[in-house]
Amino acid sequence: MPDFSNWSCPLPLRDYPAIVMGHGGGGKLSQELIEHLFLPAFHNEALANLGDGSVVARPAGRIAMSTDSFVVRPLFFPGGSIGDLAVNGTVNDLAMTGARPLYLSAGFILEEGFPLADLASIVDRMAAAARVAGVEIITGDTKVVERGHGDGCYINTSGVGVVPDGVNIGPSRARAGDAILVSGTIADHGMAIMSVREGLEFESTIMSDCAALNGLAQVVLDAGGDSVHAMRDPTRGGLGATLHEIAQASNIGITLDEVRLPVRAEVQAACDLLGLDPLFVANEGKMAVFVEASAAERVLAAMRAHPLGKDATLIGHAVDQHRHMLVARTAVGAHRVVAAQIGEQLPRIC
Amino acid sequence: MCLAVPGRVEQITEDAGIRMGKVNFGGVVKNVCLAYLPDIAVGDYTIVHVGFALSKIDEASAQQTLATFREMGILEEELGPSDDPTAEEPHNEIPHRVS
Amino acid sequence: MKYLTEFRDGELAAKLAYEIKQVVTRPWTIMEVCGGQTHTIIRNGIDQLLPEGVEMVHGPGCPVCVTPLEMIDRGLAIAAQPDVIFCSFGDMLRVPGTDRDLFRVKSEGGDVRIVYSPLDAVQLAIKNPSKQVVFFGVGFETTAPANAMAVYMARMRGIRNFSMLASHVLVPPAMRAILESHDNRVQAFLGAGHVCSVMGYWQYPPIVEQYHVPVVVTGFEPLDIMEGLRRTLVQLEKGEAKIDNAYERIVSFDGNREAQKVLSEVFEVCDRPWRGIGVIPQSGFRINPAYREFDAEHRFQVTNIHTVESTLCRSGDVLRGALKPNECPSFGKECTPRRPLGATMVSSEGACAAYYNYGRFISIEELAHA
Repeated sequence: MPDFSNWSCPLPLRDYPAIVMGHGGGGKLSQELIEHLFLPAFHNEALANLGDGSVVARPAGRIAMSTDSFVVRPLFFPGGSIGDLAVNGTVNDLAMTGARPLYLSAGFILEEGFPLADLASIVDRMAAAARVAGVEIITGDTKVVERGHGDGCYINTSGVGVVPDGVNIGPSRARAGDAILVSGTIADHGMAIMSVREGLEFESTIMSDCAALNGLAQVVLDAGGDSVHAMRDPTRGGLGATLHEIAQASNIGITLDEVRLPVRAEVQAACDLLGLDPLFVANEGKMAVFVEASAAERVLAAMRAHPLGKDATLIGHAVDQHRHMLVARTAVGAHRVVAAQIGEQLPRIC
Repeated sequence: MCLAVPGRVEQITEDAGIRMGKVNFGGVVKNVCLAYLPDIAVGDYTIVHVGFALSKIDEASAQQTLATFREMGILEEELGPSDDPTAEEPHNEIPHRVS
Repeated sequence: MKYLTEFRDGELAAKLAYEIKQVVTRPWTIMEVCGGQTHTIIRNGIDQLLPEGVEMVHGPGCPVCVTPLEMIDRGLAIAAQPDVIFCSFGDMLRVPGTDRDLFRVKSEGGDVRIVYSPLDAVQLAIKNPSKQVVFFGVGFETTAPANAMAVYMARMRGIRNFSMLASHVLVPPAMRAILESHDNRVQAFLGAGHVCSVMGYWQYPPIVEQYHVPVVVTGFEPLDIMEGLRRTLVQLEKGEAKIDNAYERIVSFDGNREAQKVLSEVFEVCDRPWRGIGVIPQSGFRINPAYREFDAEHRFQVTNIHTVESTLCRSGDVLRGALKPNECPSFGKECTPRRPLGATMVSSEGACAAYYNYGRFISIEELAHA
């Protein structure tokens, strides 16, 4: 918890347990929030200069940049929070380009009345996630909207990283014949959220898999080198959506072996209860890798040696046939076309 | 229509005169209305649809059905497996969908 | 999950496929009525394991597909009202009414919520006393007891702000209607296993006898479907027509008496229009006069709806098995999963959506091997 004992304002902030319009006004209240909440949490030189923007040394290599906004409900869920997602989501987007993530910005849109204690928790989680990922949050912004015009807390993070020379991966670079690897169990995050969603809630030990993947991504690139063609972290829309995107972008077809898809037994049970397909349920700490078949074993072994990749599995291949289509070999040895979802997957009774 | 899943009754209570229970579906626990199964007991398995237990599972019957399936196709096995180019390698030892 | 996962075993499926091959000598046409069974068949590709000539026709077993357009429009009108919380199963959210769906109503400010159980809707009514909570009660006989209990509970606990828009459909009259149509090709039925867990299967012997069609009560997992098919094919090959129960671990002849009691307490049988098919007499449940105060059709006098069915949509013919989806002139053109004309293209186990996704693959495969 940040230290409120040094507040200098005659009306100390600790007397406001919740966010008020003034916190977004750029005046003393905003300043207090920065100096006594954000700065101690994020704790770095660039941010401490408190300029309109932050200046850092230019790293060698190509710059990668990414942005993402986070509107998850509830803000705190089993295994994580909006704060963890806000850092890891952008770190992961950068890592999937082959970049080493370096710096993040953090923009907050807060609703008048949002509890300061909740904001402090979220900021703490962001700081912790940033430390684990090895990135710094060097600039940010806070705005406040009137009560009823927001949803508590929205966060946007943008990030920059550097891509070393010689690394050229992307969703359009997958080729027929590539092996498709997934770093671990799918659908954990989406079902963790579902377990606390009003109207659908259930008791379980399912936790979000929210994690920073830059370490694992580096392991993949080190082990596979040029034979790694594409990496992607499936988030909303699930692994199925990600595979569809890559199939489109690379103009390939994809075959999957359903029996090989790693799904925790409890997650599968929750999906069966609500009639959901794990392939289209969200993840926040997994990656799909398209790698030349000859390098698959080597890359798989390297992933399994990493804490976030111990359940890494070969799940299928990119193929020349049925371009843009995902075809899965089912548990009974037949085939099904895994159609792209139109919009969000919904629980069913049918 | 009719997505119903099997679960084990873990606890039985009453809520405003209606029989309710906690049912465990492979690790996922939900509150379920047991009003339609007045004789169901803790430890029994039941099939649940939209939060209602509709039928007790006859476990002996279930085991018998599976045993019958296992006895099938014996002739095919005696003649040897056909050449199946799509046959897969042994599964990974990771816990996917283990009951 | 115990008593679920075992019935998905690939090795046992192969054994059942082998047994089925040993039995079949001629072409047969079999219908499964229940949408959940259609889902399993398509999801697992079970029809690919069947011998050439055994054709599965997917019947009108999806409440999503058969809820009358007028009822959908009525629900949409109620959901759009400012002090209403409209609760529904997820299946219904994308079903097109005349000019919009529940998603659109939600985006325009309607309070539309997905629930797992009708009891969740009752809870919402208790928690939100200043709102009217309306539950969209669709489904077959499997869901009807749950919906009936919600109404029964609301009466018992004096919950004045809860009501139900009930549009239930019944399986046996639908089977009769299919068998009666002049272009019927169905020679046997897989009985809807979970409907039978409620109703039992005492309603089927008269149908079996009158039309000389085998009816085999069947479950929902791949092995259940294949065993149901196997027993059906054995009967067909022998020229027999009997009622059989292949879902013995769940279904009994009498069904669930407690559930049937509450059904007759709250509902009454009525004529019901099935979307795309037309009115099937005595084929639905509505809330009976004793519980009229909980009937949303009465509580909300919706008068300004103008229901217009698409003139292009042939889903009724598809649901009866008289038309294959790709034989419909609008298939893949005016009508796609993204812009569905009728419910059979919306639901993932609607025959048209299933064909759209799978059928394309087949034709690509055929081209590849040509």
